[in-house]
Amino acid sequence: MKLTKSLLVGAGLTALPTLALAQDAAPGFDEIGPYIMTTLLFCMAGFLVFFMAAGFAMLEGGLVRSKNVTMQMTKNIALFSIAAIMYWLVGFNTMYPGDFNGYFVIGGQTVLDAVGVSAADAALDYASVGSDFFFQLVFVAATASIVSGAVAERIKLWPFLIFVIVLTGFMYPISGSWQWGGGWLSEAGFSDFAGSTVVHSVGGWAALAGVIVLGPRLGKYKDGKVNPMPGSNLALATLGTFILWLGWFGFNGGSQLAMGTVGDVSDVSRIFANTNMAAAAGAVTALILTQVLYKKPDLTMVLNGALAGLVSITAEPLAPTLFGSLWIGAVGGIIVVLSIPMLDKFKLDDVVGAIPVHLFAGIWGTIAVIFYNSDASLGTQLMGIIAYGVFTFVASLIVWFILKAVMGIRVSEEDEINGLDMAELGMEAYPEFSKG
Amino acid sequence: MRRNRVPNLCPVKGMPSFAICNAGRPANLRGHVVKLIIATIKPFKLEEVREALTEAGVRGMMVTEIKGFGSQSGHTEIYRGAEYAVNFVPKVKVEIVVAEAMADQIVQTITKTAQTGKIGDGKIFVLDVEQAVRVRTGETNEDAI
Repeated sequence: MKLTKSLLVGAGLTALPTLALAQDAAPGFDEIGPYIMTTLLFCMAGFLVFFMAAGFAMLEGGLVRSKNVTMQMTKNIALFSIAAIMYWLVGFNTMYPGDFNGYFVIGGQTVLDAVGVSAADAALDYASVGSDFFFQLVFVAATASIVSGAVAERIKLWPFLIFVIVLTGFMYPISGSWQWGGGWLSEAGFSDFAGSTVVHSVGGWAALAGVIVLGPRLGKYKDGKVNPMPGSNLALATLGTFILWLGWFGFNGGSQLAMGTVGDVSDVSRIFANTNMAAAAGAVTALILTQVLYKKPDLTMVLNGALAGLVSITAEPLAPTLFGSLWIGAVGGIIVVLSIPMLDKFKLDDVVGAIPVHLFAGIWGTIAVIFYNSDASLGTQLMGIIAYGVFTFVASLIVWFILKAVMGIRVSEEDEINGLDMAELGMEAYPEFSKG
Repeated sequence: MRRNRVPNLCPVKGMPSFAICNAGRPANLRGHVVKLIIATIKPFKLEEVREALTEAGVRGMMVTEIKGFGSQSGHTEIYRGAEYAVNFVPKVKVEIVVAEAMADQIVQTITKTAQTGKIGDGKIFVLDVEQAVRVRTGETNEDAI
C-alpha cells in the first residue's frame, strides 16, 4: 500500500489536461490496460484477503474449547460484517482522505464509480473505486479478527461488537491514514508495505488492551501455575492457518497496488514467493524449537509460527531475497515460541496467541524492513511502531474501560464455566456430542 | 432384602413367560450362575484381547472408553509452553458376562493378552451377576449369554 490517495489526487490533476485532449479518440490499451490490470489485482487479492476471515474463524474455533465455539463463530461473522459497514460509513474516507492535515479527519461515506464509468472519468493511473474500497475493507476486518481470538472464551458478545465498531470505523482508519493515507508518518519516511504495523500490530495492541482489562479465563492461572486449556479441534485450527496462509498472498501481493507494467506484475509474483518462504520458515522454526524446548513438537505453536512468519514479512515482502524472507520469517517463528510462555508469566491470557503473532512479530517485521529496503531507517521505523502502539493501545484501553464501566465486558463466573455457547446464545456448536 | 425386584410379567400375552417368571426367584432356582468380568486395559491392547476372548469362546462384550488413574497415576504434558498434569489416563473398559465355569479361564486370557509388564496395564474385577436376561427371548442367566 505504498501508493497514497494524496499522491493520486495530485497525479490525477496533472493527468486531467491530457485526458481531455485524448477524449475524442477511444483510449488504447496502453492507457486503460494498467487500470484494468490493477483493478483485477484488487479484486483477486481482495477475495483472498476476504477468505482470511474464514481462516481466522477456523483457527479460533479450533483453539477454543468446544463450549465456546458457537460464540467464536458468531463473533467472527459479526465482526466482519460490522467492519464492512463501518468502513463504508466512515472508515475508507477517514483512512484515505486525500489532502488533509496528516493526522486526523473523519471522512464521509464511500461513493463508488458511476455505473459504466467512462475511461475519462476513471482513475486510469490507479484502479476503480469499488475494487480499491473492497480491497482496503478486507484489511480492516483482519484487524478486528485479531482481537476476537485474544479475548475469546470470556468476553460478552455485545461489548465486543461495540469495540469492533470503534476499532473498524475510527481507530484503525485514523491511524491508517498516517501512513497509507499520505499522513505524517508516510511524510516522515516510515515504511510498512502491507501492514505489519498498520494492520497487525494495531490488532495486537487492541487485543493486548482487551486482555489486560478483561483478565484471564477462570482457572488459567492458579497458585502460580499455568493451566493450559487445550483447544477443541486442531484439524480446524490447521485448516484455518492454511486458509490464512493462502489469504496472505492477496494481503501482501495486492499491496503492490499496481499490476499494469512488467515490473509491477513481476513484483506481485516476487511478493508471493517471499511471503510463502517466510511462512514456511516460521513454521519450521517453531517445529524445531518446540521439539528442542519441550521434547515434543507443539502443533498449535507450529501454526502460530507460520502466521508469525507471514506477519514478519508483511512490512517488506518485496525487497528481500528468498533467503532474506527465510530468515526474517524464522525470527518471527522464534519470537512467537518464546513469547507465548512469556505472556503467561505476566498472566496475560491470549487464547490463540494473537498478541505474539500479530503484535510481537509485527514489530519485528517492521524493524526488519531496514535490512533490505535502503529507504527505511531504524529511527523512523521505531517512531512508527511507537506512534501506532501508543495511539492504539491508549485508545483501546479507554474504550475497553468505558465498556466495562457502562455494561460490563465479562460474563459471570457461572456462564464462563458453562460455556458462552449455552449462556449467551443458547446454542451449542456440537450438540450431539456428550460432555467429556 | 432383595434389590432390583423385577415385576412378574407372566400374564403378558405373547411373551415366553416361563423364562421371565424366573425373575425374582432365588438364584439357585434359576439354573447356572453367571459372572461379570470388568477389565480395564491399555487401549492399544483392545483388539488383541478381543481376538483372544473370541477364540476362548466369549460371544459378546461391552467396551467403553474411560479415563482414570491407578498406580500409574498421571503424567505431565506441555501445551503452548506450559506444563500440565494429565491426572486421568485413557483406558478401555471391557465388560464380559460369562458362565461361572468359564470365568477363571477368561481372566487368565485377559491377563495374558493385555500384559505389557509396564505400569498401567490395568485391573480385572470379577463380580456375581444376580440375573441376566436376553431381551429378545426372555431367556435368563447362562441361556441369556
